Amino acid sequence: MPPRVKGGLDMPQQYRQILKYADEPGYTPDIECYLRHGGYAVLRKALALGPKTLPDGKTLSGPEQLRDEVMKSGLRGRGGAGFSCGLKWSFVDHKSGKPVYLICNADESEPGTFKDRQIIHKDPHQMLEGMIVACYANDVHLAYIYIRGEFMEGAQLLNKVLKEARAKNFLGGNILGSGYDLEIHVHRGAGAYICGEETGLIESLEGKRAYPRIKPPYFPAVLGLYMCPTIVNNVETLCAVKHVIDMGGAEYAKLGTPKNTGTRIISISGHIKCPGYYEIETGKVTIGELIFDPAFGGGLPDGRKLKAVIPGGSSSKVFKAGEKFRLKQRGADGKDVEREVDMLDLPYDFDSIIAAGSMSGSGALIVLDDSTDIVAALGNISDFYAHESCGQCTPCREGSLWMAKALHRLRTGNGRAEDAEYLARIADNIPGGRTICAFGEACAWPVQSFVAKFKDEFEARGAAGESARAASGEPAPKREEVPAK
Amino acid sequence: MSRQEMSNPIQIQTQPQPPVAEKIKVRVDGCEVEVPRTTPDPLTGKPVPTTMIKACEAAQVDIPHYCYHPKLPVSGNCRMCLVEYGTPAMGPDRKPILNPDGSFKIAKAPRPVIACATPISPGMEIYTNTPAVKQMREAVLEFLLINHPLDCPICDQAGECKLQEYAVEYGKAKSAFAEEKVHKPKRVDLGPRIVLDDERCILCSRCIRFTRDIAGDDALGFINRGSHNTLTAYPGRTFDNNYTLNTVDICPVGALTSKDFRFQMRVWFLKETKSICTSCATGCNIIVSSREDRVYRYEPRENNAVNSSWMCDSGRLNYKWINREDRLAQLRGPQMQALSWETALKEISARLKSAGPGSVAMVGSARQTNEELYLIGKLARQLSAITDSVPRAGEADKLLVSADRNPNSNGARLMGVAAEPMGSNLPKIAEGIRGGQIKSLLVFGEDVTKCGIGGDLLDKLELLVACDILPNETVRRAHYVLPGCAHVEKRGTFVNTRGRVQKFMKAIAAPGEARQEQDYLDGLLFSFTGKRDYATIEGLFNQMAAEVPAFKGLSWAAIGDTGVTIPV
Repeated sequence: MPPRVKGGLDMPQQYRQILKYADEPGYTPDIECYLRHGGYAVLRKALALGPKTLPDGKTLSGPEQLRDEVMKSGLRGRGGAGFSCGLKWSFVDHKSGKPVYLICNADESEPGTFKDRQIIHKDPHQMLEGMIVACYANDVHLAYIYIRGEFMEGAQLLNKVLKEARAKNFLGGNILGSGYDLEIHVHRGAGAYICGEETGLIESLEGKRAYPRIKPPYFPAVLGLYMCPTIVNNVETLCAVKHVIDMGGAEYAKLGTPKNTGTRIISISGHIKCPGYYEIETGKVTIGELIFDPAFGGGLPDGRKLKAVIPGGSSSKVFKAGEKFRLKQRGADGKDVEREVDMLDLPYDFDSIIAAGSMSGSGALIVLDDSTDIVAALGNISDFYAHESCGQCTPCREGSLWMAKALHRLRTGNGRAEDAEYLARIADNIPGGRTICAFGEACAWPVQSFVAKFKDEFEARGAAGESARAASGEPAPKREEVPAK
Repeated sequence: MSRQEMSNPIQIQTQPQPPVAEKIKVRVDGCEVEVPRTTPDPLTGKPVPTTMIKACEAAQVDIPHYCYHPKLPVSGNCRMCLVEYGTPAMGPDRKPILNPDGSFKIAKAPRPVIACATPISPGMEIYTNTPAVKQMREAVLEFLLINHPLDCPICDQAGECKLQEYAVEYGKAKSAFAEEKVHKPKRVDLGPRIVLDDERCILCSRCIRFTRDIAGDDALGFINRGSHNTLTAYPGRTFDNNYTLNTVDICPVGALTSKDFRFQMRVWFLKETKSICTSCATGCNIIVSSREDRVYRYEPRENNAVNSSWMCDSGRLNYKWINREDRLAQLRGPQMQALSWETALKEISARLKSAGPGSVAMVGSARQTNEELYLIGKLARQLSAITDSVPRAGEADKLLVSADRNPNSNGARLMGVAAEPMGSNLPKIAEGIRGGQIKSLLVFGEDVTKCGIGGDLLDKLELLVACDILPNETVRRAHYVLPGCAHVEKRGTFVNTRGRVQKFMKAIAAPGEARQEQDYLDGLLFSFTGKRDYATIEGLFNQMAAEVPAFKGLSWAAIGDTGVTIPV
């Protein structure tokens, strides 16, 4: 695949909104620098919002107007599932008599993802401002930042940031004289991927083993932290909230593409010349451009060819180079037309990648070139999920390790002819509502997609195992048998 | 109870739940059932939405499950109860769309759900036997078995193991597993009464929830991650509260085993008999498991008016005396001679007939049955004898153990055998013997030398009859020793501390010449009254019910397996 370079005005560019200042020389994460760049103006604006009477006579309070703006913005969660932020907020029961909690999910753990970390390190006050606005909008008076244990410096920095904000009365009692009280605490995880799952996170925050909760009945919006209504939002989502309120929901919705509004930060890694994080208008840049364009990944290492792309973090289903999809796309005349789209021409947004059978997840694009041993790559991914499965529910607990063991066997020369089928069958028995949380999908999807799309490589590895055994006279790996019925 | 704090045990629901008015209709595999919209939460008793598994139960459709237990909070981890379902499809007007025949058009849900945690809604259809559901059960079973040791031949759970049962019903005959199994600790000593095999554990967390939420002792938890998850007691803790053995009952597999029962008997040889625990006045309903006249274990039997599904460890293990070598099995006369029941009863009744009024005392036991105590009371009235029973007090806990350690104190009171307060006549009896007024003493199942009627006093008696099960000081000094039956060797009833009249059945035969007290008490009474009250236990109970006011209206048949509450 030759690098695809476009020239002129058409050339795709980053659209830096959240990362506007992050990498500017001299931009520091302290509050003074943030204030010099217009920081906390959005919070002042939000707190100053008075009640507004609608044409139908209904009156919206300030917080209700903020929620309304977020709904209008079409903002979708940046953590992985891409669920509507406004809708999520709307599920919160404000009349339960219980406190409402908000948790910033800074447990960024999906392999390939490194965007939240940049925000936390480079522009933490932006996240905090977004978080305070979100708290105000949802009548939250106590909120938490749950940060993954490995982000030790990030946690230290955030505590400093909270202290600075308290000193300036952006946080604490009677914020900026508005009468609104809010306290935020940083809570460090202890090193488990599953703590990024919102109900697992809540359990962990409560001091328990991070076993995701069953839904129903434990929907966070109703029975969340300490069995109170709870909102869990990703770091990037909360930053976006700041910009939604700054611009207004309708204006924000003009960024990106319809239903895929705003900007997204894409973490590009793997066999790529310029790995890194790139903020784009959602859906305005294709996967191919993210990989090959000089403004982004800048192409593969010289002499290498593209083999596969993992579009949304290691749990998303892999795309094979040259893969084509039939997708409905809006033509110039505004009508939907179905056309064949090469994987590289997929716009990087939520819905296009879902339509192509995968997901944009946490925005982590992993590029695999032709030097990649695809069995080993999947083995690496499966090892991760076998290690991180919390082990609460049966299919994921047993299936994730089973797949990892089979892949290890396949990689170490002890494969069998039937192993591709074998792996696919294990993977098929895990996802689709059979598990408590989406980890089931996360561990099964890579196996399902790798095996289906690179079946020849798995079969070749199996055949190699068979012929090596035939040469040495070794028996095939043992089979456990239970007595026949 | 050593260290464990019974911090927050639940109160066992002893009152019947108030009827829940609202009912909704759902279909289970095409069969319509009407079920309450809410059911009481097992811990709080508060109404919570009725779940699919309860609706299926109402429809008599069995849903396989491991982690779900009706008395524990729902955990939803085993995934064995996955079902498919549909709900009435809604039109744009938010009203259900109807089929041409007027029934709801059902929109099938795209994903399966766990029946144990998913609430029902009106018009819902639950599908439990579709190819997809069968496939999911098969897959879950396969996952559960890949790392299971499959050591069924030497596993104590074999024969009562849910892995075995569901493997037969829902599993596959073959495993595709070609990898090394995960290895975990074996023979872990969790506490004084429990051994854990972590390789057999399917991580259902029933034991964790039981000890945390029912026993109030948060002693167990999982460590490690994923397939390496391991059940363990918290560091520095042993699992030693007085309810630990209930976890063996609810463990669906052979992971938790009782040190007392393990390797003692293959469970399929055991005969199960409905009975009552005799260790305190709570009267926990139990199953006695026996084989060839030997008791091997007690297990709790569900009775929501008494013990829910639980019993304490001390009560459960209090059966070994039944099989003791030194059980009284032979009658013995004044010259230490063997004698027949006929001779013994003839001699005793002759001595009693010649006894002067007020010269006889009788000590009945609050461990005896109502029927026995009823006959003792009758005999005492014939002889104008002073009577009493021996109180046994201990410490109560917040869950099941009663401070009253007699199983039938209320029965002893209602039959007029126990003084009020119980034991207050014992000093009077001692005084009577000392003063020479009391010359004959009949003792049933008690060692009176331990309650103020010492050996010196017993030796003054002209007639001492001891009816008992095991040797003791009173028995040693008795002129006549009549060997009696343990409760598992006869039928009868007790009245528990809350007035629950409960019956128990005979599990094993009594040793040697031992006979039920009611047999020979009736014989003694006959010699006075010329009337036989006792032909069958049913007849005896029914006659007692006719005569004792508190039992009014009861009959042996009407008590059923779980008893009836009377005012006490």
